[in-house]
Amino acid sequence: MSVTAKASQPAVYNDGVVRGFAIMSVIYGVVGMLVGVIIAAQLTWPELNMGIEWITYGRLRPLHTNAVIFAFGGSALFATSYYIVQRTCHTPLFSNGLAWLTFWGWNLAIVGAVVTLPMGWTSGKEYAELIWPIDLLITVVWVAYAVVFFGTVGTRKVKHIYVANWFFGAYIITIALLHIFNNLAIPTSATHAYSAYAGVQDAMVQWWYGHNAVGFFLTAAFLGMMYYFIPKQAERPVYSYRLSIVHFWALIFTYMWAGPHHLHYTALPDWTQSVGMVFSLILLAPSWGGMINGIMTLSGAWHKLRDDPILRFLIVSLSFYGMSTFEGPMMSIKTVNALSHYTDWTVGHVHSGALGWVGLVSMGSLYYLIPRLFGQKKMYSVPAIEIHFWVATIGIVLYIAAMWIAGVMQGLMWRSVNPDGSLTYTFVESVKATFPFYVIRLLGGLLYLGGMILMLWNVTMTALRGRAQDVPVLAVNPAHA
Amino acid sequence: MDILYLLVPLSVVLVFVVIGLFWWALHAGQFDNIEREGGRILGGD
Repeated sequence: MSVTAKASQPAVYNDGVVRGFAIMSVIYGVVGMLVGVIIAAQLTWPELNMGIEWITYGRLRPLHTNAVIFAFGGSALFATSYYIVQRTCHTPLFSNGLAWLTFWGWNLAIVGAVVTLPMGWTSGKEYAELIWPIDLLITVVWVAYAVVFFGTVGTRKVKHIYVANWFFGAYIITIALLHIFNNLAIPTSATHAYSAYAGVQDAMVQWWYGHNAVGFFLTAAFLGMMYYFIPKQAERPVYSYRLSIVHFWALIFTYMWAGPHHLHYTALPDWTQSVGMVFSLILLAPSWGGMINGIMTLSGAWHKLRDDPILRFLIVSLSFYGMSTFEGPMMSIKTVNALSHYTDWTVGHVHSGALGWVGLVSMGSLYYLIPRLFGQKKMYSVPAIEIHFWVATIGIVLYIAAMWIAGVMQGLMWRSVNPDGSLTYTFVESVKATFPFYVIRLLGGLLYLGGMILMLWNVTMTALRGRAQDVPVLAVNPAHA
Repeated sequence: MDILYLLVPLSVVLVFVVIGLFWWALHAGQFDNIEREGGRILGGD
């Protein structure tokens, strides 16, 4: 889509791809969370593995993580980054063809995951389990994404690049680097390859990847989302645009070095562990910069939170973001990590960030976006958004509280020694003691899934009632270009 | 820990890229009118 010679043919935004990714994001959210509920049930009642290899916990867990991070989260990021970059640059997407390639390619990769992961075809690398042919497809999609995104920024009609686009740009570049380096491998068959790295070296690359996937995919990119949709929904500018720029640069510099905190008290050299710990602690500052900036955007307009559930999703997501970015640095301290590592506290931390920050900010953003993609002012049912908010929040609180208690309990039980130096508890005793917390966690997850299903219903009704319409590109006021 | 021979230079290169991008942004006037830029997205659509 581009401006033609005739003045009567104004340029329109390329929202077709945005629409596609937005709808798929909600669908994949339900799918990914459903798999999450299934594996939570299997941890609680292992009989639910049922001796059927394709649905055993070990096979389904990576399907859950890939579905919620890349299918749900990734689709939401594609939709919102494409929407935001067009509107803030006052120009349609750089290439319609490549944008659609990213849509079909990304969905094909997801289908690939659904088939290969239950089959047990895996690289064994956490959040990078997909086998090498799918990795190649993802690389192609990602290069196309970079071309579309940076091409659009490069052909912008305003000089200034809005801050959200810096966050998206950083995430696109970094994920390309991380994906390629962590997945370097020598194939032996269509479904198997040996990692280019070995032993603790492989572990270091894996967690350099893993933590930056969190820092750039799950944090920086969603901050980009936040920096557009909170001002738009609150109808107020970002609290401090200056702060948004400062914390952006601080964040992207610091995140790169935090990876070793996943490897405390392993064979990784002590000095590397210390580097990871120190940078993780420093990371608290730029992270909270983002949180404060987003929340304080409501300064002078707090009353809006009373009546606007979409704004509530967005602001509460930042509270969980703040919580998680405090908890993370604390858990990066070696002494704390000595207790928390390998326990369910780590799972609680992950889900506080994932359900609390990533989930809620995506939901709020999609609730803003989807009506507009179908020519509507609001979602089909605003009360349903309200219910979703409360159900989701209660689900999150149950989940993380259960995991905190379980995790600390596990850590304490494992390290408890008798006066003669022998261990007080056997491992299986700690497993047995964890049971009631797994039940509560399952309940929390069920609530969260329930909220997502309600969202899918609401989105479906909104799409059916509305019509996809072409939105003309907003011309730039010459005085402001 | 031979992997550090890869990871540290890679990270240093990345830091230089980041510094370079910041330098470009500064000199291309990206930070010239910060107070107004935050509110610009609120106009229209």
